[in-house]
Parts: sequence; structure tokens; C-alpha cells
Amino acid sequence: MTLPKATQLPIGAVIPEPGSTRKNITAGWRTLRPVINDERCIRCQLCWLYCPEGTIVEKRGVFKVGNRTYDVKYEINYDYCKGCGICANECPTKAIEMVPETT
Amino acid sequence: MQIQEVKHKEALTSNYAVAYAVKAADVDVIAVYPITPQTTIVEKLAEFVANGELNAELIHVESEHSALSAVVGASATGARVFTATSSQGLEYAHEILHIASALRLPIVMAVPARALSAPISIHGDYSDVMNARDTGWVIYIVASAQEAYDTIIQAYRLAESVYLPVMVAYDGFLMSHTVEPVELNDESEVRKFLPRQIRPYTLNPKRPVTMGPLASPDWYYEFKYQQVLALREAYKVAKEVDVAYGSKFGRSYGVVETYKIEDADYALVTYGGAAYGNARIAADRAREKGIAAGVIRVRLYRPFPTLEILKALEGVKAFAVVDRAIMFGSPAEGPLYKDIATAMYMNGIDKPAINIIHGIGQRTIYVEDLYKVYTMLKDRPGKEVVFMGVRI
Ligand code: SF4
Ligand code: SF4
Repeated sequence: MTLPKATQLPIGAVIPEPGSTRKNITAGWRTLRPVINDERCIRCQLCWLYCPEGTIVEKRGVFKVGNRTYDVKYEINYDYCKGCGICANECPTKAIEMVPETT
Repeated sequence: MQIQEVKHKEALTSNYAVAYAVKAADVDVIAVYPITPQTTIVEKLAEFVANGELNAELIHVESEHSALSAVVGASATGARVFTATSSQGLEYAHEILHIASALRLPIVMAVPARALSAPISIHGDYSDVMNARDTGWVIYIVASAQEAYDTIIQAYRLAESVYLPVMVAYDGFLMSHTVEPVELNDESEVRKFLPRQIRPYTLNPKRPVTMGPLASPDWYYEFKYQQVLALREAYKVAKEVDVAYGSKFGRSYGVVETYKIEDADYALVTYGGAAYGNARIAADRAREKGIAAGVIRVRLYRPFPTLEILKALEGVKAFAVVDRAIMFGSPAEGPLYKDIATAMYMNGIDKPAINIIHGIGQRTIYVEDLYKVYTMLKDRPGKEVVFMGVRI
């Protein structure tokens, strides 16, 4: 990838439009990725609440897990998750495991 | 363009001259914290605002760090702003100096220069300005109340053309508190000379932008290089603005001012009011004694006017640089000396050049001292640092 030259960038390091992080994937520095074990997840929402990047997605729908049915499911948006492990640390049922990134 | 007739003349200190210029420039926001010898600038501005002569927001803040931060914020919205400080106040605002220049905000700040603690000195020297030298600001060092007035007006036009903050410095007390006659321009003419040039991006809820974000190693360097380019551009624009100002208001100064340099064998190079004033008298005295003496004053200090300095020094056999700040631990302790030495080295020029350090903490620079420098240049031209006026 070629990055813009000094003379091509807006002066004063201004980011001239809102929401530019939608274009810039910020997960490049992750070494461990959180993986949710849906079987163990009790839908307590703590991971969603604690994630500093807001990258845990709350999905609505009808989700059958074994003999239980839930109307919500938690997933991780790996485009922005930085792998900090806070979610895994906070999860009361240890449903989230941090596994090494493989390239 | 026709030269405008002088309509108005006042007896003003340099501080008051600055305040009149700021009023003429019709600033929107002023944020200040008082420090000697800067205080009277803002006292005068507060008077203008209170009397309804200047329609500006005057913010009283709790420190110089806050004062500069407040004008950074106001300038980011596109407002025309002003602040002023001295000495420890400038030091306290130091981190914001970098932010103001890197965000490319056209802030104008006056600095009646004052010595730094410890020990405490409220008196004038250029230690504070020299400590702010490498922050990416344009720096003028002026030599009279008239020039302070004219330069503040020029500073707004320059700042808003290249999007850089501009500092206008002058001798604390020796200029900030002494009265001189000052010709004031017609304010409506000044406003015509200073059409508001708002930056392409401002803080505006209708058009959101992000200012001052994090830049990873992939990006940061490019923004710093932008500042290098902006200062190079400022060098060109500063000269143009001075010429435009001269043709409109009848007074211009150049980036370097000279006195009897054309046929001089020996020159003093300096900055600020006191040293320049006395150096000219000393040059006259030296000429009476048969020494072809001249003086060079650096008016635009950053960006550095390399070409003009080298040209002014072309014909001299030897010169001395009179510095009014100490660069501790440097190969030669004077900051201007270092700049000139670098300029000469890079252009393959070698000449005897003495570095005189004088006027520290407002130690009196006598005409006799500077006359002596001319005799030194004639009798034993060399390369040395002389701490003149100190008891050793
Ligand atoms: S690892 Fe950190 S960033 Fe990623 S989902 Fe968990 S809490 Fe959020
Ligand atoms: S913290 Fe654990 S149990 Fe709670 S919702 Fe998140 S993954 Fe499920």
C-alpha cells in the first residue's frame, strides 16, 4: 500500500470527515483474539459493557443453544477488536477464550 | 497603491502600541494571564473591550498554559485571536506552543522578553524567546514601539496566509514600558489590509472534523515535514507582507535591518531595541575614530533570514554577534551566533566572528561596551565568546 505524501495530507493533521475509522481497520496490532463459546454464554452483557472499543456486537433474533432459546447473541467484530482481553477477564462464566492470532 | 496619509500619532509604550494594533486588527478572542512585563498590553485591551471600542471576547484564565490553550480552541473555530506573555509564562505555555504550530493555527502572540528564573528576575533579556525558538512559530524581534505596532498587523496577514502562529517579541521594560511616538493607521484601512482568511478546516458542528488525533509512525513525520515547508513558505510571505504593508502604510523594515553596512569593515549583528539602538551610536563613534563600522539587526528570527544576513556580511572583514540570551553548554553560548555560524559554514564562508553575550537580566549594555567591540574586531579579530559586562 502507498500512503499519501506530506504535501497530499490535510494541513495540521486534521481528519476532515467524521467516521473515518469505518474505513480504517484498527485491529492490526492484535496478537490474541477473543472467541466466545456460545454454549457457556449466559447473555449477561458484561463483555458488551466492558469492551473499550465497542466491538462486541449484540445481535437480536431467535437463537437455539442446546435446549435453551435466547433472543440475543454476542459476537465480536474482528475488524476493530484490539485483543486486549478485557472481555475474557470480565466474563463471569469464562465463556471467552483468548486464542493466538494465526496469520 | 497610494501611501495613506498619517492621521493619528500617539505617545505609546511598545505594550500599548501592540494593544492598538490588536484593536485595529479587530480580533475576536483574547485570552490572557498577567505576568510582568506583559500585563499592560492586556490592561489596555481590557479597557478597549470595556469601552466598546473593540468587540472581542476577553477570557480571564488561570494560567498561561490555559491562555494559549483557550486561543488554540478559539482559533480552531476560525476566530481571530490574540494572547501575550513573558518569561516563566511562556515557559509554562511551552507545550501548547508546539500544539499551536502543529495544528497550524494563525495565532498572534506578543512577548515583551524577560529573563528566566532562578534567581527571579523581572527584567528584560531574550532567554524566554530563545527557549521558544524551536517550536515551529514564526518569530519577529522588533526594535521600536512603532515597529511593534506595524509588525502585529503584518503578523496577522502572515499567520493567516501560511497558517502558522506568529510571535512578536521586543525588549521587556526597555521597550514594553518606555514611551515613544507611534503613528497609528486608520483602522478601517488596517481591516482592509487584513481580510479574514479562515483555515480550510475549522471546528464547526455542521461540518465535523477531528483535530489533533493520534498519528502512528506511518504518519507523524509527514506532518512535521509539513511544518518545515510552512516555515520556508513563511520566509517568502513575510517579505511580501512587509512590502505590501510598506506600500499601503508607508513603513516597512525588511527581514534584516542594516545601518551603515554598505562600506563597513566591521559589523555588529544583534536583535531587539536596546542593543540595536546603542550599537548604532557605537558605530557612529567608531566611525569618528576611523573604524568603518556598521550594524545588522535580525528582525525576522524564525524562519531565519540566511540570505539577507550573508549578503549584509559580505563585505565585512570581521564581525561580532551580540546575543542577549545564553545557550548553556553550546560550543558558543549565543543562539544568534550559532545560527549565523551554521549559515556561513553551509555556504562555505569563513570569517573572524566574535560572540558577545550581554544584557543578561537587563544588565546595562553601554554604548562604550559596544564601541569596545569594534576596537576588538579591528585589533584582534578571532573566534571567541566574550561574556561582556559580567564580573569575572
Ligand atoms: S479483546 Fe478487548 S477489544 Fe476485543 S472484544 Fe474483548 S474487550 Fe473488546
Ligand atoms: S460476559 Fe460472557 S457470559 Fe456475559 S454475555 Fe459476554 S460472553 Fe456471555
